[in-house]
Formats: sequence, C-alpha cells, structure tokens
Amino acid sequence: MLAIVRCMVCRELLLAARRRGDVATILLFFVVVTSLFPLGIGAEPNRLREIAPGVIWVAALLSSLLSLKRLFENDHADGTLEQMLLGAAPLGVVVAAKTAAHWLLAGLPLVAISPLIALQYGLAPALYGVLALSLALGTPVLSLIGAIGAALTLGLRGGGVLLALLVLPLYVPVLILGAGAVEMASAGAGGEGQLLLLGAMLAVAAVFAPWAGAAALRISSE
Amino acid sequence: MLEARGLHCERGGRTLFRDLSLSLESGALLRVTGPNGSGKTSLLRILCGLLSPSSGAVTWSGSPIESLREEYARQLVYLGHAPAVKDDLTAHENLRISAVLAGISPSKESIQEALARFDVPDAPVRKLSQGQKRRAALARLCLSESAPLWLLDEPFTALDSKGTEILKELIASHAGMVVFSTHQDPGLAATRTLELG
Repeated sequence: MLAIVRCMVCRELLLAARRRGDVATILLFFVVVTSLFPLGIGAEPNRLREIAPGVIWVAALLSSLLSLKRLFENDHADGTLEQMLLGAAPLGVVVAAKTAAHWLLAGLPLVAISPLIALQYGLAPALYGVLALSLALGTPVLSLIGAIGAALTLGLRGGGVLLALLVLPLYVPVLILGAGAVEMASAGAGGEGQLLLLGAMLAVAAVFAPWAGAAALRISSE
Repeated sequence: MLEARGLHCERGGRTLFRDLSLSLESGALLRVTGPNGSGKTSLLRILCGLLSPSSGAVTWSGSPIESLREEYARQLVYLGHAPAVKDDLTAHENLRISAVLAGISPSKESIQEALARFDVPDAPVRKLSQGQKRRAALARLCLSESAPLWLLDEPFTALDSKGTEILKELIASHAGMVVFSTHQDPGLAATRTLELG
C-alpha cells in the first residue's frame, strides 16, 4: 500500500517535472493577481496593509482552483484513471496520494512565496510566519475539498465553471479563518484560535475527503 | 471462476443487451464480438466492475465483485480502449507505475524484458506511434501472466501482424481466463465466441 502511495506521488511529481510550465503558471497567477490590487486601488501603505491578508488568501483560493481541473481530467482522457480504479490499493488511498501531490505542486509554492508577497504589501515581518502558517494549514484543505469537486465534475462539459461554482462556496470557511488569523495577529490578538481551527479542518478533511472523492470518481467514471 | 447472471445493460436509454449470462472456468478463452455500439466495451467494463449493470450480477468464485473490490482487482488485468499510458513518461516508467498500481513490484529487468518482447523503444510515449503505444500498454500482460483473469478490450487494434502474433502467443499461453473483444477472428484455438447485438 505504501509502495502505491509513494509511486503515485512520484508519478505526479515526475509528470509535473516534464511539464514545468503548469506549475509555473499557478505560481505566476498567484503573484500577478496579488500584484494587481495595489495597482488598482492605489499604493496607500495603511490601506494595503489592511487588505493584504484577504487579498493574498483570495488569490491563493483562485490559484488552487486553477489547477484543480487537471487533477483527474488527463488521467480520465488517457485511460490511466481506469487503472487506478482497478488498482490493488483502495481508491481513497490513490485519491489521497494524488491530492497530496497536488498540494505539493499547487499549495506549497504559494506558502513558500507568501513572505515575498507580504513584503510587497508592507506587512510587519512578525506576520510573515503567521501568513505562511495559515497558508500551510489552509491550502491542503483547499486541495482536499477541490479533489471532491474535481471528481464530481469529471467528464462534464463546462465542468470548469461548474467546479468553481461548486467548490468556491466550500472554500469560504478556510478563507475566513486563514485571512482572520493574519488579521488577528496584526491586531496583536495572536490568531492562534483561527490557526487551530484551520488545523482541525485539515485533520477532518484529510480523513474524509479522499473517500468522498473516491466515491465521486466511481460515479463519474461509469 | 467468473460468473455473470442475467446481465442487463442500458446506456443512454438504449438497451444494449438483456439477460446475458456467462460462466468461465480457468483456462477459458472468450471472444466477444458484435457490430459497433452493441455493448462489447460495456460488457467488459461490467465484468471488471467499472460499470454496474442495470440488473444482474457478476461473481468471482461465488462472491459478488462489488463486495470484493480490490481483492478482485488484484486478480485481473483490464486493458481498455484507451492505451492507458502517459504521453510525458517513457514506456519503462509507464509500465513500472501501472505494475506497482496493480500491486506487483517488478524488477527493472522484467520490465525491460516485457518491453523487449513487444519491441517497444524506451522513449517518451509521446514520440511513439499508435501501434507502439498499444504495444507499450500490452507489455503489462507479460508482467501479469499469473493473474487469473485478463479482460482485453479490442487488444488487436492498431497492431501490425508481428504485434498480433506476439499477443496471440501470450493469450494462448495464458493459464487463466481471457475475455477479449475484437471484430476479426484472430484464429485462436479453443475460443468460445459471444455475439452481441
């Protein structure tokens, strides 16, 4: 079973290494979206500092969404998904491995670059850690929830828009807690509560989402 | 033993087949044939559990396959219409991944041997022709010769005469059951034929 998980994660990373553009696109999208706001609303430092947590988190949500459609679609098109459905490991395990790889490719780079974005918005250096931590706890939840949506909309025409409509409302709690943690920390109130709740959400999603995604995959691949 | 009883398949409001029953013992060879759209692929997908029939049941050694799930999946090799290989990976990487996914951990040599048997160059699959892609997918069979059930959907498509010969040899020497769909009779001995439509 562990061999299968390792093999699936390596496979996704290898595929991404062969198509580096896909990963770079997501990261660039995140950087560009967050850079548009100061241009649009003016470079008044206090205002930027105020909106920074929300803007960064919304951009993270959107860039995570951007890569979701490809999570199962390519495998569905070339038939490799059928081999996963008929694999020796339970499908939930395969979905979990694919989701973990999705986070490594679409979530982790955002966490890594977030201090730079925070610098751009003039956030206090003490907040860089809170922002990165909130993203590190929140973006896996986005990948996990997104995997269910991607599995449900697999093979549908116009599935991309439907996926966004389906998944974005479910992202709201993560957005509120993630942005809230940074805001609370910048107000001097810590933000540990929000981070703990995000951690709890991650634990619950990590346990249940892969199985929900697996059930959805079985339905949409019939 | 694979057994199907009273299979009824409806796709898009159209009945493809009804009350279809079959039973296969170890060593049996079943060729599924019929015109386009007669439900060959659907039957194979039902037999491997990817599709649930509108009514009827498939059992493996007496247990329904839905309750066996991975246990049943480990007994079979299903090669579908799409070759199930990733364009960005090499033939070797593809074969290793699909074998590990199926619960086998093949050695480097056995993978190379399987690819050599089908004469597949170890290049990124993107650079291979349709026929070579099909060969790269079929090489899986060399690693799973001990699997008791092979379900092959149009395995002869895009293969040249040499490829067809290699596949026929593999099927003929397989000790377990083989169900395959095809339009042309490949001329394999002791083949039962199921005509759909």
